Amino acid sequence: MARASTSAPAGPERTQARAGGISPRASARRARPGRLRRISLPYLLLLPALLFELLVHLVPMVVGVFISFKALTQLYLAQWEHAPWAGLGNYRTVADFNGPIGQALLHSFVVTCAFTAIAIGLSWLFGCAAAILAQDRFRGRGVLRAIFLTPYALPAYTSVITWAFMFQYNNGLVNQVLHNELGITSRPTFWLLGDNSFIALVTVSVWRNWPFAFLVIMAGLQSIPRELYEAAAIDGAGIWQQIRHITMPGLRPVNQVLVLVLFLWTFNDFTTPFVLFGNAAPQNADVISLHIYNASFLTWNFGEGSAMSVLLLLFLLVVSGGYLLVTSRRRDA
Amino acid sequence: MPSPGGKAAAIRGPMAPPRSFIWTRRIVLGVLTIFALLPVYVMVSSSLKPLQDVSGTFRWIPSPITFSPYIQMWQTVPLGRYFVNSLIVCTCAALVSVLLATFAAYAVSRYRFRGRRVFTLVVLSTQMFPGILFLLPLFLIFVSIGNATGITLYGSLTGLVITYLTFSLPFSIWLLAGYFDSIPRGLDEAALVDGCGPLSALFRVVIPAAIPGIITVAIYAFMTAWSEVLFASVMTNDTTRTLAVGLRDYSTQTDVYWNQIMAASIVVSIPVVAGFLLMQRFLVAGLTAGAVK
Repeated sequence: MARASTSAPAGPERTQARAGGISPRASARRARPGRLRRISLPYLLLLPALLFELLVHLVPMVVGVFISFKALTQLYLAQWEHAPWAGLGNYRTVADFNGPIGQALLHSFVVTCAFTAIAIGLSWLFGCAAAILAQDRFRGRGVLRAIFLTPYALPAYTSVITWAFMFQYNNGLVNQVLHNELGITSRPTFWLLGDNSFIALVTVSVWRNWPFAFLVIMAGLQSIPRELYEAAAIDGAGIWQQIRHITMPGLRPVNQVLVLVLFLWTFNDFTTPFVLFGNAAPQNADVISLHIYNASFLTWNFGEGSAMSVLLLLFLLVVSGGYLLVTSRRRDA
Repeated sequence: MPSPGGKAAAIRGPMAPPRSFIWTRRIVLGVLTIFALLPVYVMVSSSLKPLQDVSGTFRWIPSPITFSPYIQMWQTVPLGRYFVNSLIVCTCAALVSVLLATFAAYAVSRYRFRGRRVFTLVVLSTQMFPGILFLLPLFLIFVSIGNATGITLYGSLTGLVITYLTFSLPFSIWLLAGYFDSIPRGLDEAALVDGCGPLSALFRVVIPAAIPGIITVAIYAFMTAWSEVLFASVMTNDTTRTLAVGLRDYSTQTDVYWNQIMAASIVVSIPVVAGFLLMQRFLVAGLTAGAVK
């Protein structure tokens, strides 16, 4: 590296500095390519990162759009470029909500929306409550913060697999507590099958995501000027009024970003449902990423799977774009 | 624990908070503590139980404590191989990712060039989209590259390394560029005047000054790769399987060895939790800075 760079003059200072040491002819010979290199150097530095991003993200995205117009089934997997064109056929199948595939997709979409809304709401609520309540100094505050970050530090699949154990019918902790010890449920519940799987999914998702909300809101609290609280206290505002009239409005910019990030993470979450339910997700927990995964790899119909992915991408773009537009306009007003 | 919120302490007026506030605080924070720690407790306590104890009704206290799950877990499934695979993949991905991120961040931080904003925007926006979107095409592209050139990417550790290093790249570039910005330009300009090329200025001056940031980014890249499930479940086969998928093997047998799963989960979590503790201050600051700005 060092050797390669010595032949690439960096700037005017450097050319001057070296001029004494190198024969004039040599420096003249280097002047033009040197300048070219100076201009191209930032691009050369970016190139490796860019190449990998292209290979793994951008090219696949284009290819994904391409194959969503192809009748790409198991038969053509080896030579997928040669799969016959399907025109809008895949999209028609996938978006035909009277057909079985479209119906399943619509159902999965509705489940995902409900799941996302509830999980974001609870994650935000927990994170916000914890951050605001732990704002003042009290004994054990540092330890609490470390504890609250635990779910965030553990690798997702180990904690989700632990939740799967806790939700077991016979030997899980949840049934033990709710049924055997507290008697809240009249009989043990199947948490990972049937309707209750939705509750299990939301619980685990909230457990995983609220620490992030806590972190971000905690950082956001620091940007609220101290004087505001002092002035309010002098005016006789109690702590609850301070939270309502100073803290909550002060957190709005942070919340706007936080909600968008939580939305994208929760909506696209694959690890939680996959580790919790495996390939056979119950109807009520069949969220969109798992649905596309199963639809693609169980049937190997990549054309339809890609069409679903493209629709998902469009949906995310529209929602994120709309959200940014609305929130930034409100900020300007 | 040193935390970014340290300065915010005792921020509200001189009055002591009322009892209603203190009780709300105790109850809410108490419940959240239990919620956060419950799985950790289950993980630890169940990993110390014999198999019949985790197969029957759940018991809070392991009555005979046994460490045998920690021994048996290596035999039930080839956990050692998965561990080695994960270590190889994540270390390589982290190293390459850090190197590429350092170059890119240096360019973004020290040069004003056309396309700079576009580059950062495009790279950051790839973070937004669901992995499932890239999965199918990437799978096909890897298979095609294999057919065309003979380089096996699908099912190999190399393919996984290439995939994973891009996952941490955007955040790493962004974090490192910020870090480089905080290093005075005078430092590398002085090196340039002294006759260093821009690259040796980067290696001899900027990188040594940015070591904490670079280590943070490396650990972040390692953790991201260590926890990834979606691509690992498709892009690996029996010999290249990583931990993220391998842990599922305990439950496909006739018995579900929950005690061994929990023991394995703890062992698997240790590298990541250790890394998180090492760099949490930087990572937390980096993660939250963007949201607050």
